[in-house]
Amino acid sequence: MSTAPLRAQDVTLAYDGFVVTRELSVDIPAGGFTAIVGPNACGKSTLLRALVRMLKPTAGSVLLDGAEITSLPTKQVARRLGLLPQSSTAPDGITVADLVARGRHPYQRLLRQWSREDAAAVEGAMVQTGVDDLAKRLVDELSGGQRQRVWLAMALAQATPLLLLDEPTTFLDIAHQMEVLDLCATLHADGRTLVAVLHDLNHACRYATHLIAMRDGAVVAEGDPAEIVDADLVEAVFGLRCLVVPCPATGAPMVVPEAREAAGAAARQSSSSSGHSPERSQ
Amino acid sequence: MATVSSPLRLGAGVIRVGDGVSLRVRRRPIVVSGVLAAILVALFVFALGTGDFPISPGDVIASLLGGGDEGTRFIVRDLRLPRAVCAILVGVALALSGAIFQALTRNPLGSPDIIGFPQGASVGALVVITIIGGSGAVVALGAIAGGALTALAVYGLAFKRGATSGYRIILVGVAISFMLLSVIDYLLARARIEEAQEATRWLLGSLNNRSWDDVLPVAVVVALLLPALVPATRSLRALELGDDSANGLGVQVERARLGLIGLAVGLVSITTVAVGPIGFVALTAPQIARRLAHSAGPPMVCSALTGAVIVLASDIVAQRLIGSTPLPVGVMTGTFGGLYLAWLLTMEWRSGRR
Repeated sequence: MSTAPLRAQDVTLAYDGFVVTRELSVDIPAGGFTAIVGPNACGKSTLLRALVRMLKPTAGSVLLDGAEITSLPTKQVARRLGLLPQSSTAPDGITVADLVARGRHPYQRLLRQWSREDAAAVEGAMVQTGVDDLAKRLVDELSGGQRQRVWLAMALAQATPLLLLDEPTTFLDIAHQMEVLDLCATLHADGRTLVAVLHDLNHACRYATHLIAMRDGAVVAEGDPAEIVDADLVEAVFGLRCLVVPCPATGAPMVVPEAREAAGAAARQSSSSSGHSPERSQ
Repeated sequence: MATVSSPLRLGAGVIRVGDGVSLRVRRRPIVVSGVLAAILVALFVFALGTGDFPISPGDVIASLLGGGDEGTRFIVRDLRLPRAVCAILVGVALALSGAIFQALTRNPLGSPDIIGFPQGASVGALVVITIIGGSGAVVALGAIAGGALTALAVYGLAFKRGATSGYRIILVGVAISFMLLSVIDYLLARARIEEAQEATRWLLGSLNNRSWDDVLPVAVVVALLLPALVPATRSLRALELGDDSANGLGVQVERARLGLIGLAVGLVSITTVAVGPIGFVALTAPQIARRLAHSAGPPMVCSALTGAVIVLASDIVAQRLIGSTPLPVGVMTGTFGGLYLAWLLTMEWRSGRR
């Protein structure tokens, strides 16, 4: 494996003097699909913000292809590294094709507003995400799943070898979560390096080739999910007792929380009278 | 050699000159701009031709081109022209400043008249009129200082964690603007009667008795700021998508935003200096233009033309409505703008969007 295209080196990250992580080092493997997981407030989104130069480390540095990311011209960074943020706003009355076209911003200049490469990249991104049929629709009118694919198309139109995604499946139902993650898997198979902050550990195990598990601003474990995810790791990271079994569909590790113990029996009894089936307390 | 490719699915055509130059053009905004420009020209000729001495459109155009008899030329070029040009420049500047702020805050209510800049300029001017007792250029300086200080205060208070959000700017702006309104009331209450009269006249915003000396500063500032607006609009289109997306697209978010706010405050301040605070143009012009042009976010050229049409039309009505005593233009734009705002909000609530 070649050297990491993106790496954090001894970074200390802080908001308003409140330190989230201290001297953290992370390598993003080239060509991998890296998932960053961990409990709420463990610093995973903060780490992602630092990796995309939205948060400047108070110490240490983030390196993009070996160069300090904050020293590079920001447009040059935008041609190497794309971002799908957790929340974006579509201007009122914008069409799908128009929004996807805005992904070409890093390549455009005053007199070079729409080159042939721009047209090809936008077209390709819309086809790949399956939103080409929606091209003339207003973004406001789309469903949550469609909208997320449009934003992903905009990030793809940016044509970057590295793509970072901040919780791309939040607010989507399970079918659309799978749709977005399958799309990510395709992009990864096409040769992109992906980094995603994911909430769902099972999604991470199923799709990622490299897992970074964080807790309290520190990395607890990293590596191939098939090798590192076990009951001890989940307890160490999330404080949750669970079983780890092979997923019946893919064989990837699957995390199943343990059943509630006898302490919960009284609660179960009262809830069974309100219509719950008693077989749950096997 | 220029080629125009067939319209893409973007609803836009592309003009290419060789490989280096490619420009996107959309039909609808161009048509709308053309119609607005035609209306503006018609209003312009009408404004120059009507008044105590009616002049036919043909003679108006002849005088503008240097022909006609000397008396007519004097009335058209020295008495009426400065006022009409001033109205157009003020409309353009207000509309552009409104368009920038509304796009930055991603909210139609984020326009400068709602978030306190004209109120700040008014306090500055009133302090000069009622406390220092200055007039003319000193009042203008007071207005600029008041507007700029208000902008600084709003930006500073809305700034948190190295970032400012649209909503925070609006909320802080509304709070400051109410505070400033009570300061204005206080200054008016403690002023002597003739000072209060002059202050009230200033507060209403008027184009009465404009001469070329009044037009020059607005013309210079607008001419200086317009070229800066062209590249700034490109970052604005990225900022509209949210700070994180803009950053991902390679925009230096805070720097771009500060530059845009500077431009917008500059534009709104110079209008306040020239004619006093004129309400609601910055709020309504970009919104009307957006609906006419079917664009995403406030369109710059259409907004500017809409603003010019609104101010010029309002001034014509204000001059003619009550025979001998011309109303200040601010009264008219305020009335139209208020009605429009009520309609806009009702429509958006009905359609359940806010």
